[in-house]
Amino acid sequence: MRNKLIRYSPWLVHFNTGACNGCDIEVLAAITPLFDPERMGVKLAPNPRHGDILIVTGAVTKKAGERLKRLYDQMPSPKAVVAVGACAISGGVFAGSYPLVSGADKVIPVDVYVPGCPPRPEAIIDGILKAIKKLEEGGGSD
Amino acid sequence: MVKYVEVPVGPQHPALHEPIMLRVRLDGEVVEGVDIVTGYNHRGVEKLGEKNSWVRDIYIFSRICGICNAVHAQTYTQGVEKLMGVEPPLRAKYIRTIVMELERIHSHMLINAVMAEAIGFDTLFMLIMRDRERVMHLKEIVTGQRVHADIHMIGGVKRDLRPETAEKVLRVLDYIEARLRYYKKVFEEDYTIRKRLEGVGKISKQEALKHSLVGPVLRASGVPSDVRVDDPYSAYDELKPNIVVRHEGDSLARMLLRWDEALESVRLIRDAIKNMPKGNPVPKAIKRAAGKGEVFSRVEAPRGELIYHIVSTGGPKPYRVKVRTPSFNNIVNSGFAYIGERLADVPVILTSFDPCISCTERVLVVDEKRGLRKWVPFMALSRGEIRVT
Repeated sequence: MRNKLIRYSPWLVHFNTGACNGCDIEVLAAITPLFDPERMGVKLAPNPRHGDILIVTGAVTKKAGERLKRLYDQMPSPKAVVAVGACAISGGVFAGSYPLVSGADKVIPVDVYVPGCPPRPEAIIDGILKAIKKLEEGGGSD
Repeated sequence: MVKYVEVPVGPQHPALHEPIMLRVRLDGEVVEGVDIVTGYNHRGVEKLGEKNSWVRDIYIFSRICGICNAVHAQTYTQGVEKLMGVEPPLRAKYIRTIVMELERIHSHMLINAVMAEAIGFDTLFMLIMRDRERVMHLKEIVTGQRVHADIHMIGGVKRDLRPETAEKVLRVLDYIEARLRYYKKVFEEDYTIRKRLEGVGKISKQEALKHSLVGPVLRASGVPSDVRVDDPYSAYDELKPNIVVRHEGDSLARMLLRWDEALESVRLIRDAIKNMPKGNPVPKAIKRAAGKGEVFSRVEAPRGELIYHIVSTGGPKPYRVKVRTPSFNNIVNSGFAYIGERLADVPVILTSFDPCISCTERVLVVDEKRGLRKWVPFMALSRGEIRVT
C-alpha cells in the first residue's frame, strides 16, 4: 500500500550542501521542459515534509551537514536519497579540504550515486528512476 | 512585548537553489533589518589552491562556481600566464571569449528565469529554461561539456573551434537572439512583472558606489563600469563591447539590463566568429613552474568584477591565491537595500542581485580572520544592518 502511494508522484527535495552550482543548474535543467519529468508528476516539493526523494548536490560542508541531517529527518518515510555529482559522492576536487565532511553518505544513508562533474540531466533523471525503483521494491531508507 | 518578528528565509529554499540564510526582522509587514547568514557553502578553495600545482588549480578554481566557471578559469590563467611570461595565441583568446560570452548569456537567462519563478510566473520560468538549453547545447559543442567548460589551459585552450561548429553556433544564435528580444519585451511590458519589480529595492548611484556594489547592479544604478571596456583582456580590445547602463536603479532595471547585456553578448560572439584569426590555439607543451612574483588579474564575470591576486615564491605551486568575487560585494554589502521593503519583496530583491552563493562563501570565511570590515561598509556595520556570522 505505502509503495503504491508514492509510485505515481515522487516529489523531489533538492538541497545544495556546498556545491559549485554546476550540479544545481543541471538538476534544474533536468526538471524543466526539455526533459519535463513534471508530466509524470516528478517535481520539486515545496517543503521537505512533502518529499519522497532527496537530491543532494555538493561536497557536504560541516555547517551544511547538520542541516542535511535535519532535512533528511524531516522527510516522511519511505524516502530515498540520490547523491548527484562527484562532490556529493566523495568530495570531488575538494576532497580532503578542511571544512568538508566529503560525501553525503557520511551524514545520511545514500541509495543512488550519480557520478559526473556535473552529470548530464539525463543521468540525473536516470538516478531518480533508480531511486523510484528502489522505493517500489520496498527498499530505500526508512 | 516583542518589538520585532524574526523570520528566517533559507538556507534551503528562498527561490534559489543555494544555501544562504536571511534572518529578516519585521515590524508588521515592513522589513526593519536583515542579517545575512552564510557559511553553508565554504569549501576552503583558496587553501586547496595552495596545495595543488599551477595546472591542477585551473580545475579547482573553475569549480568555485559552476555558472561562471569559464571566467574564474580565465582570471586565474591570465594571471598565471602573466606570471610565467606566456602569451596565448590570438585564436585561443577568441575561443575563450566565445565561451565566456556564451556563459554570460546562459547566466543572465538563468537569473531572469529564477526571477520569474520568484514572482510566481512559472510559465515564463519554464519557457526561459527551455531556451536556455539551446545555449547549454552550444557550450557543449564548443567546449565538450555542458557546464564546466574547462577549456582554459596555460598558454592556450583545450580544443580548437571547428568551422562546422562555428556555423552551428551562428545558426542557433539567430534563434536565441529572437527569443532574448521576446523575453526582454515580456519583462518590459508585462503588467504582473512590472507590478512586482518596478521601484522595488531601489539603489541610488551614490548608495551603489558607497557600498562598492559591482556588475549589473552597479550599471543599473547609472554607473558605467565594465572591466571588458575599462581594462580589456582576451579578445575584448578588438571586439569593443558596449557598456549597457540604466538609471532607474530598481529590480526591474537590473533584470532588463541583463537582457540587454545578453543581446550584446550575442553580437560579441558573432563578431568573434567572423573575425577569428587562423592558427593553432592548442599549446604543444604546458609550462609547469613559475618564477617569483605576484600578479593582480581582473575580469568581468556575469555578476561583476572578479579579481584574483596570485602570489608565487617560485616552483610548481602558488604561494597564495586570493579571490574576490562579485557576489561577495553584492550580497554581503546589500543589507541596506531591504530596509523599508515588504517581506514578500525580500526574495525578489535577493534574486535581482543575482546571488551566487558558491562564489561568496569561499571569500567570506577566509577573510573573516583578516579584517572583514574592509569589505563591509563601516556605516552598515555600525547601524547593525549587516552582521556577518
